[in-house]
Amino acid sequence: MTAVPSAAVTSAPATKARLARWSAPIIAGVTILVVWEASLALLNPAGFVLPPPSAIISAIFENFSEVWMAARVTGFIIVTGLIAGAIVGVVTALLVTRYRLASEILTPLAVSLSAVPIIALAPIFNAWFGLLSPRSNQMIVVILVFFPIFINTAKGLTQVEPSQIELMESYAASKWRITREVRVPNALPFFFTALKVSTSLAVIAAIVAEYFGGRQDALGPLITQSAGLTRYDEAWAAVLAGTLIGAALYMITEILERVAMPWHVSIRGNDPAAN
Amino acid sequence: MSDHAVNVQRVSKVFNLGKTNEVHAVDNVDLTINNGEFVTLIGPSGCGKSTLLRLIASLVEPTGGSIEVNGKPAEQARLDREYGMAFQKAGLFDWRSVSKNIELPLELMGWSKSERASRAQEMLELVKLPEFGDHHPAELSGGMQQRIAIARSLAFNPSLLLMDEPFGALDEMTREHMQDELLRIWDETDTTVVFVTHSIAEAVYLSSRVVVMSPRPGQISEIIEVGLGDRDTSTREDPEFFKMVTVVREALRSVESQ
Repeated sequence: MTAVPSAAVTSAPATKARLARWSAPIIAGVTILVVWEASLALLNPAGFVLPPPSAIISAIFENFSEVWMAARVTGFIIVTGLIAGAIVGVVTALLVTRYRLASEILTPLAVSLSAVPIIALAPIFNAWFGLLSPRSNQMIVVILVFFPIFINTAKGLTQVEPSQIELMESYAASKWRITREVRVPNALPFFFTALKVSTSLAVIAAIVAEYFGGRQDALGPLITQSAGLTRYDEAWAAVLAGTLIGAALYMITEILERVAMPWHVSIRGNDPAAN
Repeated sequence: MSDHAVNVQRVSKVFNLGKTNEVHAVDNVDLTINNGEFVTLIGPSGCGKSTLLRLIASLVEPTGGSIEVNGKPAEQARLDREYGMAFQKAGLFDWRSVSKNIELPLELMGWSKSERASRAQEMLELVKLPEFGDHHPAELSGGMQQRIAIARSLAFNPSLLLMDEPFGALDEMTREHMQDELLRIWDETDTTVVFVTHSIAEAVYLSSRVVVMSPRPGQISEIIEVGLGDRDTSTREDPEFFKMVTVVREALRSVESQ
């Protein structure tokens, strides 16, 4: 029956657990890099197959200004596209779950939009927005991010414990108030899961879209040009830059998640005191 | 205020009216509940006891008949927040602390922050969990969560408490303890309680009247006056208590065999 505040009791084991949690992926990552470097040194294949990690890292330093510039251009497209796509997705989910008419109009539209192979639209968007404009790449990211955010947020807004809605109705709460007090907090875990998936989607979408057009000083063109000139270490350096953008966005999403829903079981962990 | 806390007259509720899966959940029911009474609704599943409770709460619209709560039409009573409600699931909001959960109805009613905080603390003391205000609901056991839900339903001092199998998910020991707590609170607050259950012993132990309902269509088949006087620890072993349990059981049996 009793619940004991657990913070004081668990601080020492918690530090240990945190250490274990961080050390495992670091050890795994270092091992992969060492095996990669060593096996290439042993097998010595042609350079285009796979450059060793050391060559990729030195390529980053040698071409730092170029890679940094390209990462900034592509990073801007990814971040703005991600934010715009998330906003459009959340607003659409709110409208659809709140108004029947909006649902009847927007839901089939959104679902059919998701069936379109969106990357395939890149050349068409280039024609619309101008071959060298970043706008078409941004639009690709927005559309791609929109769908998972919309579907998951809408699910979180509707999949609510019925008695919680009845409780609010028994208090004569307005529909809007029920949305604010019950539906939105309930949808937060769904939204953040979708946002995490969307970060990697956004990176892929932006770089692939750049293969077809947009600014020429971005990561996509840097990869195609370097590969075309058989400078594979530089191409890999650009890929690594894209990976780092994706990883950074994922981590930022995790931090936002912790700030937004500290109460959630995925953040707090299962409290052993509750029974 | 009217003498009757609840006045149900010739009320019917048909779900899916006119369709092939039409259900007569509640059929032509009359029920009057006086102020300060503790009335339980009992019956086999599908007898419409939960629907009747929701009709009183105006969470469900009747197909026919009229319902008054504290002398007002049920919907007006809901809009005026004349009753508090508790469900089988405690239904606490994980994103609010225990205190903030209790304060929720007070926020909706526009109480000031300090009024809300002091009221929440009073309610925590009423349900004997005064030190748990800052905890998160997930840190509490099922019985404690249910006590918080009761504190929340009583926070704004409603004269009527509607409860839908609130102890259904609890283990036997916790359940008996919660029944005693509820009777104590009922005694201390002069609240009228309408309580849905499928436990015969619970119905007899808690209530002044047991309303036995029958299914297909949902109707009241019998109303049994319990009349055991004040409950205490010996009541559960009292021969009079067992006699009333038998009376209710037989009433339910005749309902089942119809």
